[in-house]
Amino acid sequence: MPDQSTFKRFVEVGRVVLINDGPFAGKIAVISEIVDHNRAIIDGPTSGVPRQSFPYRHLTLTPLTVTSLPRGAGTGTIKKLLEKQGTTEKWNESSWAKRREVIASRKKLNDFERFGAMLKKKQVRDLVRKEIKASA
Amino acid sequence: MTRTAPPQTSTEPREVTVGGAKNGSKRTIPAAKAARFYPAEDVPQPKKTRRVAQIAKPRASITPGTVLILLAGRFRGKRVVFLKQLASGLLLVTGPFKINGVPLRRVNQAYVIATSTKVDIGSVTIDEKIDDSYFTKTRSSKGQSAEEEFFSAGQPKEKEPFPEAKSEDQKTIDSALIAEIKKVPVLSKYLKASFGLSKGQFPHQLVF
Repeated sequence: MPDQSTFKRFVEVGRVVLINDGPFAGKIAVISEIVDHNRAIIDGPTSGVPRQSFPYRHLTLTPLTVTSLPRGAGTGTIKKLLEKQGTTEKWNESSWAKRREVIASRKKLNDFERFGAMLKKKQVRDLVRKEIKASA
Repeated sequence: MTRTAPPQTSTEPREVTVGGAKNGSKRTIPAAKAARFYPAEDVPQPKKTRRVAQIAKPRASITPGTVLILLAGRFRGKRVVFLKQLASGLLLVTGPFKINGVPLRRVNQAYVIATSTKVDIGSVTIDEKIDDSYFTKTRSSKGQSAEEEFFSAGQPKEKEPFPEAKSEDQKTIDSALIAEIKKVPVLSKYLKASFGLSKGQFPHQLVF
């Protein structure tokens, strides 16, 4: 029997989660306490998510955790540890968060701006093609 | 009981001289005789409607200079510039013709997507003569069938050239408009390209 599990992210106290639904969708929070198999108490003092019970099906686990967070910690403790460990910055620097931001900003473009983006993309493609041709 | 109006043949009442001392020598006879009978049953009169069809206001997003995407007709998918609303409520648009081949044209606002892109058309003067009647076709030779009209002496009719005056009108409007369009980079290219949806794009999710 292999000792180690292949799973890397667990529902655990201190796990940073991404909220997928509701008024706080798109924000991150930290699991403070596990209620049952369906919900946990989450809190996101740095991202503006108030402490609340939240179902797992509307949460996505991120690879980040807040280490040494005691079970059932209050908002103050969570905030202190989040700031100390720089978790929000780590999230913002992750390619996942950056990609989300790009997708969100693309969605806001109007028709004319979309056209401009298309032209820019074409330019990049052309440049790449020429470089490859020159190097080959 | 409602009375039906007697049929009128001549409008003027007639004056006739009559004999007899006590008859006043003259008598006016109405042009049409009054009906001898009243209808036995009521004839229902259709109610007159006093409502007048109002012209539709253009959407708030459609203001002079707005770039519109045409959704129907021969030029569907084309991006055009809105000039003004005509008395019939239709929108007057132009390609400009030189950029994307759309002439001065009337479109119904229902068949149009308004984008948030605007062209400054303050410098463009639209001639008063460009109204709804400017776009209606003149029908020649009544009573002739379309076939008769098309063939003359066994030969199909020569295609009539586009009226010089109209192409002049197009040019005067377009030249001022193109000058404005040239001020914004890529805008001319944008108007030249036609609109389309790619995979996974849905119009209700897009921002125009």
